[in-house]
Amino acid sequence: MAEPVLKIENLGISFGGLKAVQNLNLEIHEKQLYGLVGPNGAGKTTVFNMITGVYKPTTGSFYLCGENLTGKSQEVINHKGVARTFQNIRLFNNMTVIRNVMVGLHNQPEYKCGLFTSLLRLPRHFKVEKAMRQRAKEILDVVGLLEDRNNLACNLPYGKQRKLEIARALATNPKLLCLDEPAAGMNPQETQELMDIIRTIREQYNVTILLIEHDMKFVSGLCDELTVLNFGTVLAQGETKAALQDPEVIRAYIGG
Amino acid sequence: MSKLKNIKWKHYLIYVVLIAVTCYFGFFGLQKNLNRITTILLEKAAIAMILAVSLNLVVGFLGELSLGHAGFMCVGAFLGAKAAVALTASMGPGNELLVLLICLLVGGAAAAVCGVIIGLPALRLRGDYLAIVTLAFGEIVRSLFENLPDEMFGGSLGLTAIRFERHYLFIVGFVLVIITLAVIQNLIRSKHGRAVTAIRDSEIASRATGINVTKYKLMVFTISAFFAGIAGVLFAFTQSKVQPTTFDYNYSIEILVMVVLGGMGSLPGSLISAVLITYLNEELQIILTGDLAVLRGLMYALVMILLVIYRNAPGLKAFREKWSVKNLFAKLRRHDPAHIHDDEAKWDRVPTKIMVDEVLSVDVQTKSPYDPDSQWKEDT
Amino acid sequence: MNFLETLLNGLSSGSTYAMIALGYTMVYGIAKMLNFAHGDVIMVGGYTLYVTAVTMGWNPLLALLMAIICCAVLGVTIEKLAYKPLRGASPLAVLITAIGMSYLLQSVAQIIFGSADRMVRLFELGKISIGSFQISAYTVVTLVCSAVIMTALTLFVKYTRIGRAMIAVSEDRDAAQLMGINVNFIITITFAIGSALAAFAGFFMVLKSPPVNSTLGAMPGIKAFTAAVIGGIGSIPGAMLGGILMGIVESVAQTNAVIAPFTVAIEFSILIVILLVRPSGILGKKRREKV
Repeated sequence: MAEPVLKIENLGISFGGLKAVQNLNLEIHEKQLYGLVGPNGAGKTTVFNMITGVYKPTTGSFYLCGENLTGKSQEVINHKGVARTFQNIRLFNNMTVIRNVMVGLHNQPEYKCGLFTSLLRLPRHFKVEKAMRQRAKEILDVVGLLEDRNNLACNLPYGKQRKLEIARALATNPKLLCLDEPAAGMNPQETQELMDIIRTIREQYNVTILLIEHDMKFVSGLCDELTVLNFGTVLAQGETKAALQDPEVIRAYIGG
Repeated sequence: MSKLKNIKWKHYLIYVVLIAVTCYFGFFGLQKNLNRITTILLEKAAIAMILAVSLNLVVGFLGELSLGHAGFMCVGAFLGAKAAVALTASMGPGNELLVLLICLLVGGAAAAVCGVIIGLPALRLRGDYLAIVTLAFGEIVRSLFENLPDEMFGGSLGLTAIRFERHYLFIVGFVLVIITLAVIQNLIRSKHGRAVTAIRDSEIASRATGINVTKYKLMVFTISAFFAGIAGVLFAFTQSKVQPTTFDYNYSIEILVMVVLGGMGSLPGSLISAVLITYLNEELQIILTGDLAVLRGLMYALVMILLVIYRNAPGLKAFREKWSVKNLFAKLRRHDPAHIHDDEAKWDRVPTKIMVDEVLSVDVQTKSPYDPDSQWKEDT
Repeated sequence: MNFLETLLNGLSSGSTYAMIALGYTMVYGIAKMLNFAHGDVIMVGGYTLYVTAVTMGWNPLLALLMAIICCAVLGVTIEKLAYKPLRGASPLAVLITAIGMSYLLQSVAQIIFGSADRMVRLFELGKISIGSFQISAYTVVTLVCSAVIMTALTLFVKYTRIGRAMIAVSEDRDAAQLMGINVNFIITITFAIGSALAAFAGFFMVLKSPPVNSTLGAMPGIKAFTAAVIGGIGSIPGAMLGGILMGIVESVAQTNAVIAPFTVAIEFSILIVILLVRPSGILGKKRREKV
């Protein structure tokens, strides 16, 4: 079997005495849509924060395509191919939609342009800017924001802001795309659209997607496999239907 | 496309105006037809413009408050003046322009080094804390130059500088303004500038998007300090004595007033307000003598407070938006480099749309029988 | 013996700093803003003492009371006029407004009282001798007064309803509001208390050296803020510790002829080093932005 895109081994973190996540193991393979679910405070976002370098794990390690990225900085992890969105949206609010995406393209080798090239406005600067703009438009088209490209990000409605976050993350050309509650605050129609967008992204850009979501219809309609967390420990893991029917999972959600 | 062309025209218009002003006064200046007061005013305006534009890079585009801009200027002024004394002694007279150029580089480089040093805390600190560190830096620099042994930098009495022939120094000054503007404007309008504004808007998201925050913060502080240093050298050349007390906290605040008045994030605004304030300073100095001189301070303070409240108060948002469309001047000042054009009419109904959507989605979710999450939420 | 004297001097000027730092730290903790104008409230206190005690010839203690009232009213007014409209705006805007406010107070004072120093001699404090050892009564008075004030403040915050509401607002303003705490009232009270403390600080400063001018509070203000940061901003014991440390460093540095001119540089260098090594200060809590 091929090398998994993301392999998490024994990952754990504690804040003071609180073990927010412990003994997490999982493997995500290429082009998989993997779900991370669990009640509030189960440690899902903490897992995201660890694999994107915001927090340093206390135990264990994770590998992207076989490369150990544990304890690397956020920038480095992003360069290696992990991109994320945020649960509470963090866009560049005072910039236009298209510029938000162009910031995502900043580090792509084909758009490299040194500081002095930019300061002197050599032809390369204009060429790169044009190419970036073109590429950003393509990405915006995929998430359906092409029409809004010249609006300020803060003026977008909530659902579109979430899509813009995905577009920005996608612009960094990731191998693994981590979506933190992408459907939160969306109406059913928007949620349906988003599911289609996520599937398209996976096909067009060959990315593996790890997502956190509360909407169970969304998760079961989209994910191939999932991991259920509760109080930082794994409750169930495996194929979506089976995992959701696990008695432990039902008890954690419904209580009793 | 036609709109985009308009915007480019606006960017280059500043250069046209600056070059025209330089040529106009330069012509009379070289013929020695300008009176002293005008030359002094032009020199001061050039220094103020360089300072305001370079501070705007940090305040308007990186979004960090620097209260030590006069400190960088101080470093530039003293090292530039020291270099000038040494160079004139070794090269003899006749090489004035060359000496000036070397001194500008020396002063600028020294200030840039300080910029890197002050950029290091900026990597860990933000907002108020960073502001207080830059303030502390300015005070430290001033107190060092004041208290170091007299033979080094002249102590509290000041360092005797080389005063240049006045008739062409302001031309050098205006050329430097154009260079400063070109560098900073080109930086902001490039992908690097985009990264800087991204850091201003959200540092966390910038990191997650792979922007090297360390590199860009240091870069911005270094460039800003470099130009402040250059302004300092220029200042030293207009004086017969460079005194540390000139570069106190109030001077930093005065530069900040220029930036705030011109609009944070607006380079043309900074230029205009720098000239305006320099001019007012000179004029008011003549009108308001003695104790009345403080009226100037009062005026600046009021302008600063009222402008900032007007531009930022959440309660005045609707009022501001109404005005920004109608008022061309307001629009020019509020210009944001990231803001190409904003189809405001199209988004008039956005707020209501969001609200309806939110109500809808909440309704549907709680009624859905297969949503284990809502069950869980009710339990707690 | 000489060292002990230096230490006591440091303690007394440190407790003045601590009192100013308390104002900064309380406002920072509750309104989440750096009130740059706080130092200038001290100056207003100084001028009030001048007007009441010197011009009108009031009893110094009555003058102090008047200064406290004036400063408290001024602090609340500044908050209402300049800072309240900006609640929810970017911190940069609030900071710039605060700087403008500081500038404004200085200018207004200069317009009213001119740039010349005004002498405020309230009463002469002699020296107290214990055996062969002499200390100035000023040191004793400041130390005792500030100890009493700080204890009272700590008790107030810990054991009264308003004090606990203050803690709640500083922890989470929105949650406090949902719990029925009147956040606006708490912020007003905080500004009033902070400014009243500034009046006390002004009183002590005038006792030590009588000249009052429009920049009386500027430098002590910045130093006291430094002290608040060093101790850990938002923490009341931190502000006291920071202030006293600052006073001791200052008085020790001033006894040495070689480093005396560099006192300011040394104090600010300490600030920068502490912020780099431990940005939360000595007693401050580490806060992390939630991702």
